Amino acid sequence: MTKVTIYVTLRESVVDPQGIATTEALQKMGYEDVKSVRVGKLIELELDGSEQTIETRVNEMCNDLLINKVIEDYRFEIGEVASK
Amino acid sequence: MKFAVLVFPGLTCDLDMYHAIEETVKQDVEYVWHTEADQLDSFDAVLLPTGTSYGNYLRPGALAKSSPACKQLQAFAESGKLVLGVGNGFHILVEAGILPGGFLRNQSLKFRSALETVRVENNNTAFTKDYTQGQMLTLPVANEFGNYYADEQTVEKLKNNNQIIFTYANENTDGSTEAIAGITNERGNVLGMMPLPERAVEAIIGGTDGTALFQSIMNSRGEQHVN
Repeated sequence: MTKVTIYVTLRESVVDPQGIATTEALQKMGYEDVKSVRVGKLIELELDGSEQTIETRVNEMCNDLLINKVIEDYRFEIGEVASK
Repeated sequence: MKFAVLVFPGLTCDLDMYHAIEETVKQDVEYVWHTEADQLDSFDAVLLPTGTSYGNYLRPGALAKSSPACKQLQAFAESGKLVLGVGNGFHILVEAGILPGGFLRNQSLKFRSALETVRVENNNTAFTKDYTQGQMLTLPVANEFGNYYADEQTVEKLKNNNQIIFTYANENTDGSTEAIAGITNERGNVLGMMPLPERAVEAIIGGTDGTALFQSIMNSRGEQHVN
């Protein structure tokens, strides 16, 4: 079994209202060194397949559902599922 | 004319849409549940109400793609018949790739329920012909993800092709690109809008500025929809 971690970020051209609010909150709390915050999301998948097919499959899933490329960018890491 | 109100799980304002058709144009209207949409082509127009489809998980409107009704809706739109999506219905149209763009959380980070002043930017569509160009409408909005986003290239295309149908005339509170409140596809037979015309068809609640939209649809019967 393989674990895939997908990092979803807002495209650079997109204004991130949550990030702006969080930046202001941090600055108010005394973290004046913070210049910008961008809030993204993380998606973890567990799936079967060889490394090559998994890469193709994950890209397909991102295109079909997981990502809206108009507003989001993504990258992912492929690793082994830790035995429990 | 036969209208379908297409209902995905979590769309909660199907009743308002149904009522608006009964009230304004007094035509046949039926609820179509998303797993029973295989006869969609027997209708003349499909209406997507607002609500919170699939709990707005992942992105608003995104999970509707997992339903067979999504492909049936895409085919219906491609056939040239009229499709109207309001609120979360607009999200679904965008996520299904029927309309361009994407949606972000409102700039205010709040769910906003308010009356908006909306300007008619193009009255030369099947949905807006009963309005005058530049007419100011008062329409309700109720959303958390009303912040429409499109990149420069897309905006350019929308402008050149007159696909921007409604804009917020006073304040662009949600932060939408170019103050966009509603757009059509290139062909002009699919309209998505964040303001809710179905909640503005009776003077006693919410005003009547939404009425002409449904009348426009009626008056467009049998026309070819080429923008």
